[in-house]
Amino acid sequence: MATRQTQLLARTLLTPAVALLFVWMIVPLALTIYFSTLHYNLLDPGSERFVGLENFHYFLTDPAFLASLRNTLVLVGSVLALTVLIGIPLALLLDQPVIGRNIVRLMVIAPFFVMPTVSALVWKNLLMHPVSGLFAWIATLFGATPIDWFNDAPLLAVILIVSWQWLPFATLILLTALQSLDEEQKEAAEMDGAKAISTFIYITLPHLARPITVVILIETIFLLTVFAEIFVTTGGGPGLQTTNIAFLIYAQALIQYDVGSASAGGLVAVVIANIVAFFLVRIVGRNLEA
Amino acid sequence: MARMVTTKRVAISTIGAWLAGFLIFFPILWMVLASFKTELEAFAVPPSFLFFHWTTENYATVQERSDYLHHALNSIIVAGGSTLIAMAIAIPAAWSMAFSPTRRTKDLLLWMLSTKMMPPVGVLVPIYLIYRDFGMLDTLTGLTFILCLGNLPIVVWMLFTYFKEIPKDILEAARMDGATIGRELIYVLTPMAVPGLASTLLLNLILAWNEAFWTLNLSTLNAAPLTVFIASYSSPEGLFWAKLSAASTLAIAPILVLGWFSQRQLVRGLTFGAVK
Amino acid sequence: MGQITLQGVQKSFGPVHIIKGADLDIADGSFVVFVGPSGCGKTTLLRLIAGLEDVTGGNILIDGKNVVDVPPAKRGLSMVFQSYALYPHMSVRGNIAFGLKMAGLPKLEINRKVEAAAATLNLTPYLDRKPRELSGGQRQRVAIGRAIVREPKAFLFDEPLSNLDAALRVQMRLEVTRLQKQLGTTAIYVTHDQVEAMTMADKIVVLNAGKIEQYGSPLELYERPANLFVAGFIGSPKMNFISGDVAHRYGGETIGVRPEHLSVERDGRGWQGTVSAAEHLGSDTFLYVDAGPVGQLTTRYVGELDLKAGDKVSLSPEPQRIHRFDASGSALRA
Repeated sequence: MATRQTQLLARTLLTPAVALLFVWMIVPLALTIYFSTLHYNLLDPGSERFVGLENFHYFLTDPAFLASLRNTLVLVGSVLALTVLIGIPLALLLDQPVIGRNIVRLMVIAPFFVMPTVSALVWKNLLMHPVSGLFAWIATLFGATPIDWFNDAPLLAVILIVSWQWLPFATLILLTALQSLDEEQKEAAEMDGAKAISTFIYITLPHLARPITVVILIETIFLLTVFAEIFVTTGGGPGLQTTNIAFLIYAQALIQYDVGSASAGGLVAVVIANIVAFFLVRIVGRNLEA
Repeated sequence: MARMVTTKRVAISTIGAWLAGFLIFFPILWMVLASFKTELEAFAVPPSFLFFHWTTENYATVQERSDYLHHALNSIIVAGGSTLIAMAIAIPAAWSMAFSPTRRTKDLLLWMLSTKMMPPVGVLVPIYLIYRDFGMLDTLTGLTFILCLGNLPIVVWMLFTYFKEIPKDILEAARMDGATIGRELIYVLTPMAVPGLASTLLLNLILAWNEAFWTLNLSTLNAAPLTVFIASYSSPEGLFWAKLSAASTLAIAPILVLGWFSQRQLVRGLTFGAVK
Repeated sequence: MGQITLQGVQKSFGPVHIIKGADLDIADGSFVVFVGPSGCGKTTLLRLIAGLEDVTGGNILIDGKNVVDVPPAKRGLSMVFQSYALYPHMSVRGNIAFGLKMAGLPKLEINRKVEAAAATLNLTPYLDRKPRELSGGQRQRVAIGRAIVREPKAFLFDEPLSNLDAALRVQMRLEVTRLQKQLGTTAIYVTHDQVEAMTMADKIVVLNAGKIEQYGSPLELYERPANLFVAGFIGSPKMNFISGDVAHRYGGETIGVRPEHLSVERDGRGWQGTVSAAEHLGSDTFLYVDAGPVGQLTTRYVGELDLKAGDKVSLSPEPQRIHRFDASGSALRA
């Protein structure tokens, strides 16, 4: 098909997409870099001045930043752990001959398709409310005091909400991978005398290694920027307890109107994401060859 | 060892799976139940599960409120518009990458994907300022534009994979049968690509509908879609829970249905082909 | 009219030369088979004739007109693909009719032609089915139907039978040949199976690494192979090649004798050897004989020979059936 005519046509067809994405990437990023070198506060217009790397220094030494970094790592790490560690057995379960499997799948997948703002509010008001939430009621049934989630364990609350939303993603990916596992491999293992556990450890798990890696990488990229759930439930608090990097930057930009500092923070977030993206792109690239 | 699947295994699996599914689905179920309760019932303690006074008054109220309809319409326009525009840009791009690949094609594709991996918060500041200065804050156009750019990489990627799956020799057969490029496109390529186009449209519609970063930051009232509208209920008055539940149910119900049809596309679209 | 001529046709993909200069004259109405090992370029040559690839050099003439700049849609040829390449979203009727639709024929005529083609191929009961509802053999007939209905200048077949099971393949072989004779249209047929080549072709083109080794009728290739390659490629089991002193004694750098031209005796004054393996098919007996300095030889005997591994035998070649080759591999003809 690749005659000279069609090649020219092809290049023309690509241009809008490439141009748009290029502009989308470069322009805001360039501006962010520019702003990060300024002292620029929206409440104080006209006072912009070049301060070089001072914003970065300020941002990175700000105890708020360190706290948000810690929160981000805890949030991402916990959600990854929960979604993968629950996702694997869940995927294995869904791979079994279950009656009404399709309906169960629907139930398991649903949380991913619920709007983050809706999820957050449902969990906050209907389930986790210390007085009239369902969890509070269950706690009193057992004679325990209900947990005041958003005061006493806010980060944990956010972690639970986000994990609930992303569990279907991990499960679905792992289930897809499981179903691509050659039945014959398992049969060969059986002929070789392997019991169910051994088959799982030596055949299933290695086969899942790649999808698990992919799940971790992709979730990390999206989890680094968890925003809506925090915005809707805790607003970053109490204090800074549920502020992650994304929320911190947002707060600096649109609450404190400190554009310079927020830009510096934004770049830090971009750098972190790029590191993860590098590995993900490598895996995707390898698959593209195949 | 018997090759049959034992009844015991089916029983244990079924019970386990349904239990897990029920637990995971429960919050949604609970919300839907709450939407049929009166406000008083909704936050009563102890909570009632099934035996309460079922009412549809919340739904009636929600649908009467013009602002709900207004925000629902916004969601439809923004999600639909951004996805359709993204498709219009992406189809030619994906077509050319799938059928006229060059040495650079793979790198180009990976670069496009990497733009999706950029954290939106990294460019929040300039985008907000640009939008503010150009009067695009709280406009449907502004939101549609940003969501379109956000989803464009995924749309291109998914279409690329679907186009690649069309067997080359069927297109060659059309050529041998006397079809010009245009007719090849119309009579052979497009019909074969339609399922892929539909799947891509569906998944990205869902992703755009649920988008909760740019919508929260770039709109307040006029152009606010449902994501923002629901978020405005986050103040701690418990008096609106039943209505909130009704509004939320309405907001997510269509997406849940569409999502059911999009499972496989989800894997394809969001793992960027890293999982087959 | 479907006369096709290739003049110095070359094809390279980047630095790799696939076709290194092909010259060929295909007479109108003949059934020509391109045969050769994997990677020899036979499919590439077919696709060059079809127009699905552009030549890097040389001319392709169809009825005297050079078509190297003519797109495939306008060359007036039909192709049957190895995978059949049926349009999955169209019915059998739609598939067969598509080419006629592209040609702008009126609907009534299209229907008439489609139904005639379907009748010839026993596809009439399946006309409204979709390809995915058909068996492999049926799909293949649809692919053929699609090709014949346009009454092209020539048919191009790209290994159309390789996806069928053995029994079906034999049956389809006969059908394709019969059809071609009936229609009288030129046919170029690509296969790696030399049995298909030998049974179906009027003339065979043997290709090796992008070069045409020989172009002739099946019997010509069998009785007078032009070089070592053709001699070893045509005929199953392969021709026995012997080199060294034994070959020199018979007048060539290498000599070749086909397994069916070696007579076997328990005692005799031919080449002495020990049977290393014997295959008894009932209809034939194949012996694999270790003949010492002469080498490993294969013999084919029509009928049953009561010999087994370990037996001593004497092998004598039929004198008129010894092929002699010089140092470059070309045949020496008296």
